[in-house]
Amino acid sequence: MTEQFEPRILGFLCNWCSYAGADLAGVSRISYPTNIRIIRTMCSGRVDPLHVLQAFKEGIDGVLVTGCHPGDCHYITGNYACEKRVKFLKDVLSQVGIDPKRLRLEWVSASEGGKFARIVKEMIEDVRKLGPSPLRKELPESAPQQ
Amino acid sequence: MGEQQEEQPKVGVFICQCGINIGGVVNVPQVTKYAKTLPNVAYAEDNIYTCSAEGIDKIKAAIKAYNLNRVVVASCTPRTHEPLFRGACVDAGVNPYLFELANIREHCSWVHMREPEKATEKAKDIVRMAVARASFLKPQQESEVPVDPTALIIGGGISGMTSALCLANQGFKVYLAEREPELGGMLRKIYRLYPTDDDALKVTDVAVNDVMNHKSINVLTSTNIKSVDGYIGNFEVTAVRNGEETKFKVGTVIIATGAVEFKPVGMYGYDTYDRVLTQVELEKVFQSGKEAMDKFYKPQRVAMIQCVGAREDKPPRAYCSRICCMVAIKNAGVIKQWYPDSEVYIIYQDMQTYGKDYEEHHQRAKETNIKFINYTKDKPPEVTPLPDNRLKVTVYHALLGQKRELDCDLVVLSTPLVPHESSKELSKTLKVPLGQDEFFLEAHVKLRPVDFATDGIYVCGTAHGPKDIGESLSQAYAVSSRAAGPMANRKVRTEAITAVVDPERCIGCRMCEKLCPFGAHRIEEGKSTVIDALCKGCGVCAGACLRRAIAMRHFTDDQIMAEVKTAFLTELPKPPEAPTK
Repeated sequence: MTEQFEPRILGFLCNWCSYAGADLAGVSRISYPTNIRIIRTMCSGRVDPLHVLQAFKEGIDGVLVTGCHPGDCHYITGNYACEKRVKFLKDVLSQVGIDPKRLRLEWVSASEGGKFARIVKEMIEDVRKLGPSPLRKELPESAPQQ
Repeated sequence: MGEQQEEQPKVGVFICQCGINIGGVVNVPQVTKYAKTLPNVAYAEDNIYTCSAEGIDKIKAAIKAYNLNRVVVASCTPRTHEPLFRGACVDAGVNPYLFELANIREHCSWVHMREPEKATEKAKDIVRMAVARASFLKPQQESEVPVDPTALIIGGGISGMTSALCLANQGFKVYLAEREPELGGMLRKIYRLYPTDDDALKVTDVAVNDVMNHKSINVLTSTNIKSVDGYIGNFEVTAVRNGEETKFKVGTVIIATGAVEFKPVGMYGYDTYDRVLTQVELEKVFQSGKEAMDKFYKPQRVAMIQCVGAREDKPPRAYCSRICCMVAIKNAGVIKQWYPDSEVYIIYQDMQTYGKDYEEHHQRAKETNIKFINYTKDKPPEVTPLPDNRLKVTVYHALLGQKRELDCDLVVLSTPLVPHESSKELSKTLKVPLGQDEFFLEAHVKLRPVDFATDGIYVCGTAHGPKDIGESLSQAYAVSSRAAGPMANRKVRTEAITAVVDPERCIGCRMCEKLCPFGAHRIEEGKSTVIDALCKGCGVCAGACLRRAIAMRHFTDDQIMAEVKTAFLTELPKPPEAPTK
C-alpha cells in the first residue's frame, strides 16, 4: 500500500471555550490537516457516552472531546462530568477491543488556537500509528465521486 | 410555527464565498452542486457575501419562493454570525432555531489554505453534517418569567442592613431576617473600626435606626429561615419566629449571614488561663471602658499572637483571615493609648497590611513603639504560666535568630473569622455551594464575585469570606445592584435551549439533580422536572441520564447523532429521512 492511511477524527467541542479556540486557530491561520470534523455542543458535559460509541460504530478512527479548562467551565462543573464520562468510556472501549487511545479528552480555552491545532495534529499522528479502526467502513468502490 | 414540525424538512443551503476567504480555497460552486444532491435540500445557491444586505435578502426571498422551513448557511463561525442569519429567518417567518450554520471558514478554508482540494471535500462534509442536523431541528421559544420586586436578606449585620437600605431606597420591598433578637451582628462586639477609629457601636446604631424606620423594610428579628422554594422572581419563603411560621414571596434572596470568630480551644492556653483572650474578647473589654479594664487587666506587657488557627496546612482553615493584622495593630494602638508605659508585642508570621491607608497604620504602629516579632510556622510561640496570674511567652525571633522570653500580663490571640454554623444548613436550604473553607462560594471569583450559579441568589459580606467593614459594604452595594436588575425589569428571560424530562422514562434517580450546576432539576413526586428559568442549557443532565429521559432542546440526541452519522461519507446517500417527533 503506497497511500498513507488517513485517519478520520471526530471532535466534540464545547461552544464557549474549545469551539472558540478552534475558531481562533482559523483566525490566526494556523493550519492543521483536514482529517477532523467538528460537532459543536454547548458544554463538553453534553457529550453522551452513546454519541462517542456511535462515532466508533460509524467506523470513525478517533474521537476528540474538548472542553473548558478545569475551573473555567461556562457551566461551572460541566467539564468535570465530561472528564468522568471519558474515563468510563475508555474502560468500555478497551473491553470491546477498541484502543482507548482513540478517545482523547483535552482542555482548550478560547485563547488557545495554537493548542487546538497542535492537539489535532498530534491526534491524527497518534491514530495513524494505531492504524484504521477495527470498525472502519469504506465507501463502496462503485460509489460515484463526490 | 407549530405546523412546521409536522412538515417534511425543506432545507435551503446558502454557501458563502466570503470574498476570497472561503472562495479562494474551497471550490464553492462545487460544494453548492453537491449540496443540491443532499437529502431534504430543496434549494442551494452560493453568494459572494451571504452576510451582506443582498445575501440576507436572497435568503428571505428563497424562503418565500421555495417554501423553505430550514435554513443552512455555510460560511463563518456561529459564534459571530448566527444572530444575523437567524434574524433573516425570523423576518421571513421561520423560527430562528430552524437555522444552522456550517463553519467552512474558521474550521476549513482558513486552516487548510494549502490543501484546496481536501478543503473542498471537507467543506462538503461540513455542509452535509449541517443539513443532516437541520432536518432534525425544531422550533423553540424563548420565554419570560415575572419577578416579584421583593428581596429577602438573610442576616441583619452591617452588610445585610446596608444592602436592605440600598434596595429599599430604590423602591423595592425588603424582608430583613436576623436570627438574633436585635440587628447589628458582629459590629456589636467591636470597639473601634480601622482605619478611621470610628466607634463601631455608633456606626451600628445609625444603620439600625435607618433600617427600623424605613417603611419598605420589614425587619424580622429572632427569625430563622426554614425553607426557600421556587426560583428567581418567584421564591416562597417560610420563616420561623418563636416557633411560629410565616410565609411570604420574594423575587431575590441575599445571603448576608456573616461570620464568627474562631475560638482557639486548646491553643496557647486559651481555655486554661484567664489572661489569654481573643481579639474580639479584648474588644468587648475595651467596650466596657478604661476604668473597667483597669480593674482586671492593667497591662504592663501584652503579647498578641497572629494567625492562631489560620493559614493551616489543610482546609477548612487554610485561608488568611485578611483582617487580623489590622485588628491587632488597631487594638495594640488602643492599649498604647490607654497605657502609654506598656509594651505591646505583635508576634506575627507575615504582616499583611495590604492596600490604601493600611500600610500607613502599620508604619505608625512601629513609630508608636509597638514591637513586631517575626515567628515561623514551624516554631510557634509557647505560652506558660508564671506566678501572679502572669504568663510567659517564649518565641523564637526568626529575624534575630534567637529565643525571646516575655513576661506578659495579657496574651491576645488573633483568630480567623470562620463561617457561622448555620451556613451548612442554609446552603442546603437554598441549594447554593460552600467552598472548602465552608464559606459561601461565588459563581466565579473574578467575573461573578457576588452571584451564585443559581440565578436570583446572591452573597455579600463575611458570609462569603473574611472581610473588613469597607469591603463588606462594597459587596452589600454590589449585591443590591445585582438583585435590583431583575426586580427593576419585573421579569427575566429564560433560555430557549433547556432540558426537558420525559416523565414516562424518569425513575427519579436524582442523578440530574445532583449534577445540575444551577439547581434546575427538582424531584417532585418521584420524577424530575426542570425549572426553565434556572436551566442554562448545558446538557450535563442529558448526557448523564441513564434512562435517556432527558432531551436537550436544540441539542437533542437525534440532532447530534445525525451529525455523527454524516461526518464522514461511509455509505451511499440514503433516501430522505423524516425527522422523528
